[in-house]
Amino acid sequence: MTERFVTRGFVGRRQAPDAGQRIPPGQYLTNDFPVLSAGPTPHTPLAEWTFSIAGLVAQPISWTWDEFLALPAREFVVDISCVTKWTKLNTRWQGVSVDTLLEHVSLDRQAAFAVAWSDGGYTTNLPIADLLNGQAFVAYLYDGEPLAPAHGGPARLVVPHLYFWKSAKWVRGLRLLEHDEPGFWESFGYHNRGDPWKEERYSGD
Amino acid sequence: MTTTYQPDIEDLTLDANAVGGLLIEIFGTDMTAVLSQCAHCGNRGEVATLRAYVHAPGTVLRCGVCAQVVMRIMRTADGHYLVDARGAAYFRV
Amino acid sequence: MATIEWRLATVAQIREETPRVRTFVLDLPDWAGHLPGQHVDVRLTAEDGYQAQRSYSIASEPHSDAPRSAQIELGVERVEDGEVSPFMHDVLMAGDRLEVRGPIGGYFVWDGMAPDPVLLVAGGSGIVPLMAMVRHRSATGTRAPVTLVYSSRTRDDVIYHDELAGLAAHADGPRVIHTLTRSQPPGWTGFDRRIDRQMLEGALDGTAVSTQAFVCGPTPLVESVAEALVGLGFAPGRVRTERFGPSGG
Repeated sequence: MTERFVTRGFVGRRQAPDAGQRIPPGQYLTNDFPVLSAGPTPHTPLAEWTFSIAGLVAQPISWTWDEFLALPAREFVVDISCVTKWTKLNTRWQGVSVDTLLEHVSLDRQAAFAVAWSDGGYTTNLPIADLLNGQAFVAYLYDGEPLAPAHGGPARLVVPHLYFWKSAKWVRGLRLLEHDEPGFWESFGYHNRGDPWKEERYSGD
Repeated sequence: MTTTYQPDIEDLTLDANAVGGLLIEIFGTDMTAVLSQCAHCGNRGEVATLRAYVHAPGTVLRCGVCAQVVMRIMRTADGHYLVDARGAAYFRV
Repeated sequence: MATIEWRLATVAQIREETPRVRTFVLDLPDWAGHLPGQHVDVRLTAEDGYQAQRSYSIASEPHSDAPRSAQIELGVERVEDGEVSPFMHDVLMAGDRLEVRGPIGGYFVWDGMAPDPVLLVAGGSGIVPLMAMVRHRSATGTRAPVTLVYSSRTRDDVIYHDELAGLAAHADGPRVIHTLTRSQPPGWTGFDRRIDRQMLEGALDGTAVSTQAFVCGPTPLVESVAEALVGLGFAPGRVRTERFGPSGG
């Protein structure tokens, strides 16, 4: 194997992870909020926007934007980690916990998995267990301001304990299933679950 | 704290010229001038006209007309490339 | 099965073109030549193996003399929060070596062979690949009429200003139309707004049907210019584009 050429004086913009337990392995700390996307920004008018829960539920449910904003919401301050190696600490959001949303439906006994789907066609899959107990929410404010379209506004899923590709931007609903259905990146070489603390980046990790 | 210019996704969008080197690595030849047909809408054009989303866990090339995915490329941990070109009806080489 | 290899270039010279843009002259043994419009990929590797890679357009014209010239010029704009361009501007020195691969690109190229009129539209550092086309035309004496519409923020941001003025002064040189969008020097009589349909129509002077256009620069500029040209009668295939991403605000 040929020796790799090292460029004199190049360090790259990463910072060494700070001491302590908050940066998952292989990640670097950023103070920016990088914009990542697999496609163009959707622009669904709020008058047409809905969030729905369907699939293995007794009765599907759907909220309009106004109805969604009327749901009990709270502020969340969480650390987020992207599989492209940046981690951002103490991100501040306002949104509705997925627990709150699921209170409005009656899950079938076999419902074990969810697919979060978004405007523009993006999907990501999670076990329902990863959406419960305060682990996930649908956010519409970031840092006190309406969530910018580039960051997934008007509303996105936020699941901070998994790599951020699971936090679907422009989310419009959850489909609850008996079986797991790999989403956009999970079906294309990325890990099915994506736990940053186990560095579950790629399938086979 | 300085205000960092936060680009919109539209500003960040490139075209496949930007991944020309990657495509040569994968296909063994320059692909930017190669004609492809979108499997979704039928639009025909050079690969260079596909919109490239490179700020993502992988590279996504989308049709410049209908915005559907024509090709996706990601790099595995062991240095292989996964290439999904189902969104191209064909490449004319 | 890669047919494009990384090779080591040596930095021969670094020239400041504008406060934000530098020309990097690279010595590249075994360079097989390139076409105007093509680019190279540059790769940086840190001690721990971390790598960053970017594409930069070749500003120099191909040299037809033998032995083939082993030197190319890249035009690189320093992007404020960038990872590669600040390194190239702030750390790289003449004598350093750099990993480069190329030339890359078979679409956004102009070899000057066809006699059709050419419209070049540049925003900011988008001028770099178009400059290779302009230089090539001048070096080979090609007769194709060339018009360049070039948008910059201020007079100080105009890359290759004097060289373009010198070329434009010749009877069959390129026609160069500048627009300065942020501020203009005293006595400026040129355009002071973003490139729009009206400006392009004036630049075309009725030749839209036969003209081949090349548009390069920040993505928003490329999108709006391409749309305007199609609106002026260009078949989409006669407008070739290369998007450089955000303009950096």
